[in-house]
Amino acid sequence: MNIKENIKTLMIEKPLKLDCGQTISNFPLAYETFGTLNENKDNAILVCHALTGDQFVTGINPITKKDGWWTYAVGPNKSIDTNKYFVICANVIGGCMGSFGPSHENPKTKKIYGTDFPVITINDMVNAQVNLLDFFGIDKLFSVVGGSMGGMQVLQFVSNFPNKARTAIPIACTSNHSAQNIAFNELGRQAITADHNWLDGNYNLKNTVPDKGLAVARMAAHITYLSKKGLQEKFGRKLQERDDLKFGFDADFQIESYLRHQGSVFVDRFDANSYLYITRAMDYFDLVKKFNGNLSNAFKNTKTKFFVISFTSDWLYPTQENKEIVIALNAIKANVGFVEIESDKGHDSFLLDVPDFLKAVKNFLDKSFVEKL
Amino acid sequence: MKTEYKIIADIIEKNSSILDVGCDDGSLMEFLKTNKSTNIRGIEISKEKVQTCIAKGLTVIEGNAEFDLKQFPNDSFDYVILGQTLQAFINPELVIKELLRVGKKAIITIPNFGHWKVRLDLLIKGTMPITNSLPHNWYNTPNIHMCTIKDFVKFSEIIGFKIFKSLALKNKNISNINNSNLFFKNLFGELGIFLIEK
Repeated sequence: MNIKENIKTLMIEKPLKLDCGQTISNFPLAYETFGTLNENKDNAILVCHALTGDQFVTGINPITKKDGWWTYAVGPNKSIDTNKYFVICANVIGGCMGSFGPSHENPKTKKIYGTDFPVITINDMVNAQVNLLDFFGIDKLFSVVGGSMGGMQVLQFVSNFPNKARTAIPIACTSNHSAQNIAFNELGRQAITADHNWLDGNYNLKNTVPDKGLAVARMAAHITYLSKKGLQEKFGRKLQERDDLKFGFDADFQIESYLRHQGSVFVDRFDANSYLYITRAMDYFDLVKKFNGNLSNAFKNTKTKFFVISFTSDWLYPTQENKEIVIALNAIKANVGFVEIESDKGHDSFLLDVPDFLKAVKNFLDKSFVEKL
Repeated sequence: MKTEYKIIADIIEKNSSILDVGCDDGSLMEFLKTNKSTNIRGIEISKEKVQTCIAKGLTVIEGNAEFDLKQFPNDSFDYVILGQTLQAFINPELVIKELLRVGKKAIITIPNFGHWKVRLDLLIKGTMPITNSLPHNWYNTPNIHMCTIKDFVKFSEIIGFKIFKSLALKNKNISNINNSNLFFKNLFGELGIFLIEK
C-alpha cells in the first residue's frame, strides 16, 4: 500500500517538548477533515481516535478500502453530523497512518526509528494535535470527542487547554490505566517482542514483519473489547465449517476462526512498533497522579461542558472508572452530564450500532450547539 | 403538575444554582431554566429519563440520589429540589441530611398521605389507598416511606432541620401551613411543599 498518496499531513515546525524529555520539531501530523468549517469557525469538532484507529473516521478509508472506524457515529445526519459540523481527526503521533512514528526514518541515522523513536504520551499526542487548530484558524472547538484512548485524549485536551473546547465527550475511558489495563497491554507487547521477526524493532531493515506476534496481540486485545455475554450469543460453542470436533489444533470453533481473522487483517494495516508505542502511552496515562492525586485539579479552570458516557458491559473501562471523572468534575462544580448506556457489546459498543448511545451523542451535541454562549 | 412548578419557581431566587434530585423527564428543570436560572443540574436514576433530559438539552447525571449525592461537595448549590420522591428512599433521614449538605437550601415536596381521601380509602375500603398522586398498588409501589404533612413537620424536629416555608396545595390553590391550621392542611392538602435549611 502506498500510504503517502492519500494522506494529508501538516508539517509541524514548532518544537514540541515530549514528556520523555526529548524535543521534536519538523514532524508530520497526518489528519483528515469531514464537513465544512463555517464562517465563524465555531462548528469544529476534534475527534480523537483509539489505539488502533486513524484519521479516516468515516466514509471509505482510502488505505484499507473499508468503512472508516466511526462510520456509525460520524457522517451526514449522523450523531456527529458532518452537514453541520466540521470534523477534524489526526492520526496520533507514534501511529502508523502518516503521523510521526516509529516507522519513520531517523534523519540522523537515515534508518527507520524502530525502538529509537522517543516514547510518547497521551499528553504529547494532544499537544501535537492542537497545532491543527492554529492551522485552521480555530480559536475554540465546538467539541472534542473520543472513546477509549480517544477519551483519554479528550480529558487531556481539556486539561491542557481549558478554553479551547465548548463541550467535551469522553466515552468509555478512564483517568488512569488500571493494573488490569496495563496487564493486557503488556501481554500484547510481549507477544510482539517474542516474535523472532521483531528483531529488536528493526524488522523493517530485513523486510519482514512480526506478524504472528502482532496478530496474537490483536487477538488478546480484541477479547477485552467484547463482553462474555456478547461472545456467547454470537459464537457460543458453534463449530467452524465442520460437523464435529477434529481432535487437533485447527480452528474448530467459530470464535477461534473469528479471532484468527481479526489478527490477520490487523497485521495488514498496523505497524507492530506503533502498537508498542501507543499501548505504552495508554499505560503511562495518569491524570490523577499528574495532579497530585486530585483529578479535579486537572479541570480546575475549565468552562467546558462535559458529557461522560459509559457502557454497562464494558469491563475494560467500566462505568465506575468513568464515574470517577464525573465525580471529579462535580467536585469543582463543572458542567457535567453522565449516562451509562445499556449494551451487551462490551467496550466496543462505542464503535458499533448502539442506538441509545448514538442518540445521546447527537442530542447532546445538537442541543449544546444552539445553546447561548 | 404545572402549579407545583410555579410554586417552586416562586421560592427560588433568580440566577441561583439548582440541583433537581430525581429530575424525572426534566420538565421542572426546563421550567426553571426558562424562568429562573440556567445554572441547573439534575440527577436521575432511570437511563430512559436521562436520555429524555439530554434530548431537552439539560445537564443530567445518571445516578441514585441515595448514594450518588456524596460526590457533591458541601454547599454545591443554592437550592436542591426533591420533588415527590422522599417517600421512595430507603433512608429518608440520610437523604434529607445529604440534601442539606449539598445545598444551602432544599425544597422538598411530598404527596400528603394524610389527605382525607387517603384516610377514607383505608377506613371504608380497608385496602391500601390508591389516588391520583399515589396510583400504585401496595405490592408494586416504589413508595416505601409515605408520610403526611404533619409527619414531615414533626420530622423536622426529630432530625433537626428548619422549615422556612411550608405550603399546602389543594386543587391548584396554594396556602401557608402554620401551627394553628396544621390539622386542616394535613386533611385537605394534596401536596406539601417545604423550603428547609440546616
